[in-house]
Amino acid sequence: MRFEWIVAWRFLREGGLQTALIVVGAALGISFIVFITGFLGELQRDIVQRTLGVQPHLTVKPVEEIARPLRAARSPDGSPVVLADVQPRGQRLRSIDQWQATVARLRENGDVRAISPLAAGPGLVTRGDSNKSLSIVGIVPEQHAAVTRLDQKLVAGTLRVDPGDVLLGRDLAEDLGVGIGDTVRLSTPSSTGDTYRVRGIFDLGAKNLNQLYAYVGLATAQALHALPGGVTSIDVTVDDLWEAERVAADLSRVTPHLVESWIRTNRQLMVALSNQTLMTRLIRLCFGLVVAIGVASVLMVAVVQKTREIGILRAMGTSRGRVLRVFLLQGAIIGLIGSLLGCALGYGLAWFMSGILTSADGTRLFSAHVDLSLYLYTTLGAILLGVVAAMLPARRAARLDPAQAIRM
Amino acid sequence: MSGVHKRFNEGLPNEAEVLHGIDLSVGPGEFTSLIGPSGSGKSTLLNLIGLLDRPSAGEYLLKGVPIGDATDDERTRARLDTLGFVFQFHHLLPEFSALENVMLPGLMRDGAFTRANRESASELLSAVGLSGAFDKRPGELSGGMQQRVAIARALALAPALVLADEPTGNLDTHSADEAFALLRRFNIERGCAFIIVTHDPRLAARCDRVIELRDGMIERDGAVTRTAVATGAS
Repeated sequence: MRFEWIVAWRFLREGGLQTALIVVGAALGISFIVFITGFLGELQRDIVQRTLGVQPHLTVKPVEEIARPLRAARSPDGSPVVLADVQPRGQRLRSIDQWQATVARLRENGDVRAISPLAAGPGLVTRGDSNKSLSIVGIVPEQHAAVTRLDQKLVAGTLRVDPGDVLLGRDLAEDLGVGIGDTVRLSTPSSTGDTYRVRGIFDLGAKNLNQLYAYVGLATAQALHALPGGVTSIDVTVDDLWEAERVAADLSRVTPHLVESWIRTNRQLMVALSNQTLMTRLIRLCFGLVVAIGVASVLMVAVVQKTREIGILRAMGTSRGRVLRVFLLQGAIIGLIGSLLGCALGYGLAWFMSGILTSADGTRLFSAHVDLSLYLYTTLGAILLGVVAAMLPARRAARLDPAQAIRM
Repeated sequence: MSGVHKRFNEGLPNEAEVLHGIDLSVGPGEFTSLIGPSGSGKSTLLNLIGLLDRPSAGEYLLKGVPIGDATDDERTRARLDTLGFVFQFHHLLPEFSALENVMLPGLMRDGAFTRANRESASELLSAVGLSGAFDKRPGELSGGMQQRVAIARALALAPALVLADEPTGNLDTHSADEAFALLRRFNIERGCAFIIVTHDPRLAARCDRVIELRDGMIERDGAVTRTAVATGAS
């Protein structure tokens, strides 16, 4: 292969401007592929995280209660007879049966990263004359923070829910006119309630979410909702949020309870994201094709330009296979250099764009970071692309008739 | 080679037979010229001898081995090992220096630039009087110098037979004489056989043997008679 390397490299090096143009062209195309791939991954993660807010990747809930008629009757001719009008029953607030055992079983799954048991139910928050209905959620702060990053969403106070403490959303706190240290009354259908001191104020990034939740200690919530020792759901975070549906299926097999993934509860979001992914694939494919066609056409021109030299090389004793490989190698070299430059450019583009694109709260929408596996795959892909693009020109070069080529 | 025919566009309405039964044998170390008017089939014959083309009929033995039906790779290998080429238009590779051009056949054979290859190429280039132009690109050399590089390249792997197609056709008289003298010198010093296609009767007269082609047939094939034959060739 040394001969092929030496000749391919010389041909490219002496190609001067022609080589420079195609390498830069390939680099630009590849940089965009790198950028859009990294950008989309980050963007989608960000969109999901922001949209989900405090929604976990997976939720484990008790199986819904359904009403079953005691017996079905059939008339003598075999057609069913309706004996009763069965009405679907309303779902009560119920605890997960043997939730501690379920938590232990969830922990055994390798994809599960964090688990948080919750006791949540409807309630009212009252201060003076103002009443707001909301969901009162009992949490174990450390465990819940590991699932929803609630600790990072705190804008005032501390993430502590000792007995008598409550955490409120920013918009709810504003509506009630309370701050850290003020007291509010929490009540539920099963309890007349008590007064609680505001220990922290959080911002989940959406007004309706900030008005919806109040966090108290798990034991407090159990008392308020009349669920002694019970939890109503278990929130689960998995390692790869795109794999949530698969993990949900896995977990359904080891627990008798209902396991729902965010993908199922947010169909619309998921469909939008998949369409986005599809479009990006299409764009990447187009860029790849443009790069390949560019490489192919430049090498085609090079074959025509070098017809005489190819002829003399053949006459001097260069085999067809070697001529073929000389041109395939040129494609590979263009792909390699193009992708190295492209990865650097793509990173630069991401770095530049991350400074421009910010989300509603002023934070960066995505961050530029070095994704080695992306660069590696891009480089391998670009080399392959270069070789494939070089196939047609290389075959043409190898098939040249040396006697005719020399006469050109 | 015996009974060699060459037809172009075989099976097509414009089929044309260019060579009509050539019988020819060139011995080791022979210094032969091939002359004839344009269109007589000189270049076609040279391409057949040089394994750049295949005869339509007839037999061709290179160093006693039939090569007419060999695969392209075998013929390519035979070209590398046995033959050297000098063309009218030099045909050096502009991407490589003079020295590298002479090293190319060795690179093809060994797959790498070796020290021995470099030494023998330097020696050859010095022998053609270009010891100062090793690193010059072909574009920086005069026509005569380029042709001398091409001659050195043809001889790089000590071929048994060197084929020269109008090697002096594109040079002024002085350079032509120089180039021809080089061919003769390598013939004597290294014992390779030469077949030189030329239009120049003056050059043909300085060869040992002249083959004259006319309309695709050998019209005359004989030794050159000279008063003072000063060849040391075998």
